[in-house]
Amino acid sequence: MTAPDMPDCSQTIKELDLFLDGELSDRERDAVRHHLDGCMDCLGAFDFHAELKSVVATKCNNDEMPPGLLAKIEQCFGVDFDGDGVIG
Amino acid sequence: MADQADFADQAMQYAPQLYSAALRMTRNRADAEDLVQECYLKGFRSFHTFTEGTNLRAWLFRILTNTYINKYRAKQRRPDESDLGEIEDLYLYKNLGTFEDPSIGRSAEESLMAMLPDDEVKQALESLPDNFRIPVILADVDGFAYKEIAEMLEIPIGTVMSRLHRGRKAMQKALHDYALARGLVAAEHAGASDTASGQENPQ
Repeated sequence: MTAPDMPDCSQTIKELDLFLDGELSDRERDAVRHHLDGCMDCLGAFDFHAELKSVVATKCNNDEMPPGLLAKIEQCFGVDFDGDGVIG
Repeated sequence: MADQADFADQAMQYAPQLYSAALRMTRNRADAEDLVQECYLKGFRSFHTFTEGTNLRAWLFRILTNTYINKYRAKQRRPDESDLGEIEDLYLYKNLGTFEDPSIGRSAEESLMAMLPDDEVKQALESLPDNFRIPVILADVDGFAYKEIAEMLEIPIGTVMSRLHRGRKAMQKALHDYALARGLVAAEHAGASDTASGQENPQ
């Protein structure tokens, strides 16, 4: 049985970006979920891209900061901070 | 009006993510370090314009992005959108994700997280031209909404969406190329898959 607003595969795949980026309305989201519940092909594609998005988020956001960077930044805040000519 | 004295307390927690984003933008440590420092200095100086209760993290990323675009991007060749070429939708999924035989493609148990080394994912992202790289960094690495990215880059939401879509596909192609180079994916399968996808839409 197909709901009246049930999207087909090509429509569902078109909404993959919007779905994974959290940019669909609740109603659109439910329609995509409904399709995914009954379609292993689309579900496979969605799972793959959800995993890939999480891989990118994790692996591109784990760089160790240079050791002196935080101190340098905080020194910037000290410059003329209270106008008494003394840093800190 | 936000009090400058509170800036360090509120803003320093975002330094690691700003540094990673700066490194993906500038592609080198020295420039990334300078960019983050400049971002914090500008943020500190203009903190009185920040509306308390709004999103400080987004405000700082906007400063970082604009500083990068104005200062560093000018040094580089202006990217041409045609640089990316046409890449089929679901590129990596079609080429990596569907093999049943674990000796050729990835096995069902092997996660992408384990299969793709950190350096290759970073390189794939950094291989994108600026126009595509920055939206992908802001959306996929830092999780900003389309509307926030559109405001940061001062481009329409539709442009954010199309650059994300094309940038992600190009990144997937780069990841696939690395996997090919490592012998992780059999070349004839990549070719076979290309042919198969060409036959999906006969005539």
